[in-house]
Amino acid sequence: MTALWAVYRRELAAYFETPLAWVFLTAFSIAAPSFAWHVGGLFETGRADLAPLFDYLPWLLMVLMPALAMRAWAEERETGTLEMLLAAPIALWAAALAKFLAAWTVAILALGLTFPLWIAVNHLGNPDNAAIATAYFGAALLAGGYLAISQALSATTSNQVIAFVLATGACLILTAAGLPLVLDAVAAQLPGVYAEALAGLSALSRFDSLRRGVISLADLVYFLSLIATGLALAMALVDTRRGGGR
Amino acid sequence: MIDAHDLVKHFGPTRAVDGLSFSAVKGEVVALLGPNGAGKSTTMRMLTGCLEPDSGIASICGYDAVRARRAAQSALGYLPEGAPAYPAMTPRAFTRFHLRVRGFKGQALRDAAELALERARMGDAAGRPIGMLSKGFKRRAALAAAIAHDPAVLILDEPTDGLDPNQKDGVRALIRMMAPDKTILISTHLLDEVEAICTRAIVITGGRIVSDTTPAGLISTAPDQSLAGAFRMLTGHSAEQAVARAASRRKRPS
Repeated sequence: MTALWAVYRRELAAYFETPLAWVFLTAFSIAAPSFAWHVGGLFETGRADLAPLFDYLPWLLMVLMPALAMRAWAEERETGTLEMLLAAPIALWAAALAKFLAAWTVAILALGLTFPLWIAVNHLGNPDNAAIATAYFGAALLAGGYLAISQALSATTSNQVIAFVLATGACLILTAAGLPLVLDAVAAQLPGVYAEALAGLSALSRFDSLRRGVISLADLVYFLSLIATGLALAMALVDTRRGGGR
Repeated sequence: MIDAHDLVKHFGPTRAVDGLSFSAVKGEVVALLGPNGAGKSTTMRMLTGCLEPDSGIASICGYDAVRARRAAQSALGYLPEGAPAYPAMTPRAFTRFHLRVRGFKGQALRDAAELALERARMGDAAGRPIGMLSKGFKRRAALAAAIAHDPAVLILDEPTDGLDPNQKDGVRALIRMMAPDKTILISTHLLDEVEAICTRAIVITGGRIVSDTTPAGLISTAPDQSLAGAFRMLTGHSAEQAVARAASRRKRPS
């Protein structure tokens, strides 16, 4: 735990010692309300809720989470510090989890920057605050899933741009798999069970029920499994660099 | 303290380390010498647990670097080739990070970090981002992090590369000062360094040990009675014969 805490502190400091966290938080704080206002018509729906924000949040997170996680292992490989980290008495799971938790902290901080919208809709009407809180919880889980997958892909290369492109592609597949457009196309070509399976794998479908204020065990298990899979994959990819012959 | 037993490592079809064995005990400063690609850094990486050998055993203070990796790594300080460090961190923060990873906290952490920074002669540079420092200061920042937890074993890959003559003297003095209480393994291309600080020199070529003796013993093997001459003889044109001689020595019953 000591090593995990040490790496977490270093990773979190690294986000704020460089322009990355500041640029990310600024971009998010501008982009998220802009989507809600201009695309979602936040103040034109006549409803006191944050649906316009959460409708577009998966698409924003799909791009911004890979930007946050692309450095996780790619930067360590590029600068050579991975060798130093591998020679330190740190369990790989602790290093991967610490990196994930640091990125997740920044992501949750970014989600917190949209709280003024929540306050605004409370001034304008009587929204279902429990449903909005659930949607925020779902958004945090969705961000965590994207971050874990992005961290795994960051471990495949020493180039952060390549890590970003790979991660954005993976997150796009995870998200778009739940779109009616994609599901209808699959259902037209394959038996219905495939479309159902695809919808079950989609982060968008899972986020949809949380977005509406419904927490189900299946959705929680899905997101926690997504995070665990991403981190396990990252660990396995980093561990292969040790090149064990036995 | 350091024990390498019949280490073998392949990278694809290349046999980078080929049955390498040696031991070093407390008080020894052992130089690993050899041409580029001889297997020095790969050997060091296997000893530090960064790489797993295909076969053989690397151990630090009796702990297997694969099976008891974290116990072995807790007992060693490692300066990797090129002295990598996080550019946005200051040497002070970098050293403290290394100590935190090893369980140091509070006043003990601060004292150990300041002592290491002082020993590495960081001066005012200890508070500036590593990315803005000169190559020499970057190397000393990584050295400070490697020695901060006062490990029993130090593995230093080219510790004085990129330092000016005064800085080299400083690092060599530091190694000499720490030597009586530690086992130190350094790789270097600087032959004067071997004479200045090492008690033993192991010459590697083609992933095999071709000589393992004192610096004076190594010099005496050269026709011109110089380390450079011995290095050329062992790793140059006659390297193949030396490898064959070493192989035949290993096969000979003791």
